[in-house]
Amino acid sequence: MPGIYLHIPFCKQACHYCNFHFSTSLKQKDALLEAMLRELEWRREELKGEEVQTIYLGGGTPSLLDESELRRLFDTIYKWYPVAPDAEVTLEANPDDLTAAKLQVLRHTPVNRLSIGVQSFAEADLRLMNRAHNAVEARTCIEQALAAGFSNLTVDLIYGSPTTSDAQWETNVRTLTELGIPHLSCYCLTVEPKTALDFFVQKGKTPPVDEEQASRQFEMLMDIMEAEGYEHYEISNFARPGFYSRHNASYWQGVTYLGIGPSAHSFDGRQRKWNVANNAKYIKSLLSIAPPTEISILEGDLFEKETLTAAQRYNEYVMISLRTSWGCRLDVIRALGPRFEQLFLKGIRDFILQDAVQQEGEVFRLTRPGKLIADRIAMELFEV
Amino acid sequence: MKNIRNFCVIAHIDHGKSTLSDRLLEYTKTISARDMKEQTLDDMDLERERGITIKSHAIQMKYVHADGQVYTFNMIDTPGHVDFSYEVSRSIAACEGALLLVDASQGIQAQTISNLYLAIEHDLEIIPIVNKIDMESAMVDEVSDQIIDLIGCKREEIILASGRTGKGVPDLLDAIVNRIPAPKGDPEAPLQALIFDSIFNSFRGVIASIRIMNGTLRQGDRVRFMNTGKEYSADEVGILQLSNVPKTELLTGDVGYVITGIKISKEIKVGDTITKVENPSPEAIKGFEDVKPMVFAGIFPLDNDDFEDLRDSLEKLQLNDASLVFEPESSAALGFGFRCGFLGMLHLEIVQERLAREFNQDVITTIPNVSYIAYTKRGEQLTVRNPADLPDPTVLDYVEEPYIQAQVITKPEYIGSIMTLCMEKRGLLAKQHYLTENRVELLFEIPLAEIVFDFYDRLKSISRGYASFDYSPIGYRQSELVRLDIKLNAENVDALSALVHRDKAEPFGRKICKKLKDLLPRQQFVIAIQAAIGAKIIARETISAMRKDVTAKCYGGDISRKRKLLEKQKEGKKRMRQFGKIEVPQKAFLDVLKLD
Ligand SMILES: Nc1nc2c(ncn2[C@@H]2O[C@H](COP(=O)(O)OP(=O)(O)OP(=O)(O)O)[C@@H](O)[C@H]2O)c(=O)[nH]1
Ligand code: SF4
Ligand SMILES: [Mg+2]
Repeated sequence: MPGIYLHIPFCKQACHYCNFHFSTSLKQKDALLEAMLRELEWRREELKGEEVQTIYLGGGTPSLLDESELRRLFDTIYKWYPVAPDAEVTLEANPDDLTAAKLQVLRHTPVNRLSIGVQSFAEADLRLMNRAHNAVEARTCIEQALAAGFSNLTVDLIYGSPTTSDAQWETNVRTLTELGIPHLSCYCLTVEPKTALDFFVQKGKTPPVDEEQASRQFEMLMDIMEAEGYEHYEISNFARPGFYSRHNASYWQGVTYLGIGPSAHSFDGRQRKWNVANNAKYIKSLLSIAPPTEISILEGDLFEKETLTAAQRYNEYVMISLRTSWGCRLDVIRALGPRFEQLFLKGIRDFILQDAVQQEGEVFRLTRPGKLIADRIAMELFEV
Repeated sequence: MKNIRNFCVIAHIDHGKSTLSDRLLEYTKTISARDMKEQTLDDMDLERERGITIKSHAIQMKYVHADGQVYTFNMIDTPGHVDFSYEVSRSIAACEGALLLVDASQGIQAQTISNLYLAIEHDLEIIPIVNKIDMESAMVDEVSDQIIDLIGCKREEIILASGRTGKGVPDLLDAIVNRIPAPKGDPEAPLQALIFDSIFNSFRGVIASIRIMNGTLRQGDRVRFMNTGKEYSADEVGILQLSNVPKTELLTGDVGYVITGIKISKEIKVGDTITKVENPSPEAIKGFEDVKPMVFAGIFPLDNDDFEDLRDSLEKLQLNDASLVFEPESSAALGFGFRCGFLGMLHLEIVQERLAREFNQDVITTIPNVSYIAYTKRGEQLTVRNPADLPDPTVLDYVEEPYIQAQVITKPEYIGSIMTLCMEKRGLLAKQHYLTENRVELLFEIPLAEIVFDFYDRLKSISRGYASFDYSPIGYRQSELVRLDIKLNAENVDALSALVHRDKAEPFGRKICKKLKDLLPRQQFVIAIQAAIGAKIIARETISAMRKDVTAKCYGGDISRKRKLLEKQKEGKKRMRQFGKIEVPQKAFLDVLKLD
């Protein structure tokens, strides 16, 4: 039940907080797409003919792709991979791209789920983040998407920004629940090193993220979502029943996925691979070889890989599973090795006592206070 | 013996000793071009990383002179940093000559003078060299004038050289042969070999660097170390090249090494004399004065169980670094550890790093201090090397602290700011004296405690590098000293206590609190950091409780990134000491003193 992730590394303008891999120059778009098509063809063996259940176009900004580019991409995927008829096909889109015309184009592709990067409905927030869209576009694009027939929508919001009052935050969330959006991903504004935001904070131009405010807004979010009948199925993700992101859930359940495009990551259960986060290098290395050369000779140029040790698999499992509503299962840990079971049980005790973790038989889940310190709990349980 | 030349290379820090040594090794073909790198003799990782020499290094060369004869040169490259002048004085004892380098763009600096005096004291023949003459900013005539003034030599006696281009090296080789006297000594007399250095090798034990003053040492000889009185067999003797080369014997005047299987630091003392059990020498050579540590700090294992391992490592390190001294101590906060004496802050830093690299010992270092003398009301006199040992105010009469005379050489335009710095450091100007029109020597009397910490760096920055500095102790003077305690959530962390002058206590306390606020990770509860003198709180900071992690998104590529980040955090947590409920990272102890 594998998935395919495609990274479209272009954006119109750089959001101040963003540390993803993207370029704001579209010059190489054609060559890059060509290289991605090649990569798709080249790596098809890696999914061993298994039926693809989810496809995810992320970025960057996949909504920058035009009709013919989307068609070539999907044609190539469907040519080389068996895709389940009911596969979840998600496209990340920025509000400024989602015109009525664009939505019509998208309706005629396999895309059946849109992930819209709204972030906020307030102008001040959008300016601080340097988003390409404005507050009006933030709202109209959703209405238009709904009108175009996209009912499986997810919207991204960001809280904790110095410009976001509690009231505004509540408005942002409620706007979406009232529009009936079935899935929300909400992130705390994070000042990543080497981003513009980091620079402004260092310079004192932008105040740092206030932790009190961030935790307060996270709690508000949990309150509203619970009252509105959404399930908090992963730290940053809320869904109406039946609307989980199947693609993202597969990341958290250790399912195989193939990552295509610069900086994309792949996982086959034991091994993680990641492509270079550099468009030029990506293109150059993929165009440098021709069949029947094995793509493995591009290791070091195109991609790097790492085979997880038992301890790393344990660490990842604990870190990811605790974030989800499915929780962390002792039988899974036991299967990785008895020493991990001991380590886990020893470490988790404190958090159960502190009411940060709840045990139900062999399953451990974060409580609400626990959700505020998920990283710390995982770190304490790690083996290093 | 008449074809042996033993000499050391001395200079102020960075004046190019190790680089010029490279050129001598190259000209004499001691090292092939393939093995040659910059500052070849700086073979310790730390030396290479920092680009400075830490330990003296002896090496033998063969030189074919124009007169057709082959000469044996034993050269010792020495460190220039003020902390390591002890290395210089030991090297000097094994030599008849010294190459005194002066950087042509810098001129005479403080350690030029102090190292020169060490050499003159031992009657070494000085070959003055103006080095780095390839530099655009070289002031060959001016620097030559300075040298003539300083040592009273003739202009023609000064060799103009560049370690970078190799210019002047043939002249220098010539001068070494013609001007440095061959070693004297009596080959027929009983053996007297001076141990001037030692290193420890985990397979072979102690390898002692020696200079044969009289007599002969053969492999297999039974020898006695005169100071310890212990007897051994000279398992291996040889000469020092890039690696050691075994020989059957070392003759009078030779510099070389001996291995006797010693594995314990107490059994070897640098400065000791080796003689033979049969036909021993009636007297030892005058050794070295014991090194006087200037700075003391507690060194504690990160994990209490590693105390014995730490002792072992310190002992081994001492075999490589005779200037390190230590004795056990205990701390309420940190358990058992050692109070160690260092030559200065650079030395402290290097010991700490060598413990980590060479012995895999992670340690916590307490706030360093100098050695004080406390007088009690009952007339007792106590040496205080640890803040915890300062007697209670109820019994304490007064305290004395060590003073030094600081010699600063600089350009006239920096006098003002240097005086301000020295005054801030409680110093008094004793003398001001123009060496030349634009070089001035300032002598200050200043408490040692004030210069061991950030004095040197500040001096360098206010003078843009145009000030050099040397110092010598001038005794103890009465002082107003208090103990500043640091409390975390009202609990005293004795490892962070410091002895400071009363006038400095408050600003110092404020700085430490502030720094700790940055260094301590936030925890799930509030942390109060306080600085106190006795019961009186003079500064405080609070670290608010951590309510929320950044639980950032976690999809495909984020997973391994996040895992690695958390693994690193967990790794860092292993390097924490717990005080009550509060976790203090090892790094905090190291960084707390980097106050500016
Ligand atoms: N231009 C020029 N630079 C030189 C010359 N000799 C050394 N240097 C540079 O000066 C710096 C210090 O050189 P070293 O040989 O390490 O100096 P040192 O006297 O051994 O230093 P310490 O042992 O730490 O006291 C290095 O960056 C060298 O590259 C020279 O003749 N000309
Ligand atoms: S649009 Fe998305 S990927 Fe592009 S800069 Fe903004 S946040 Fe980053
Ligand atoms: Mg050197």
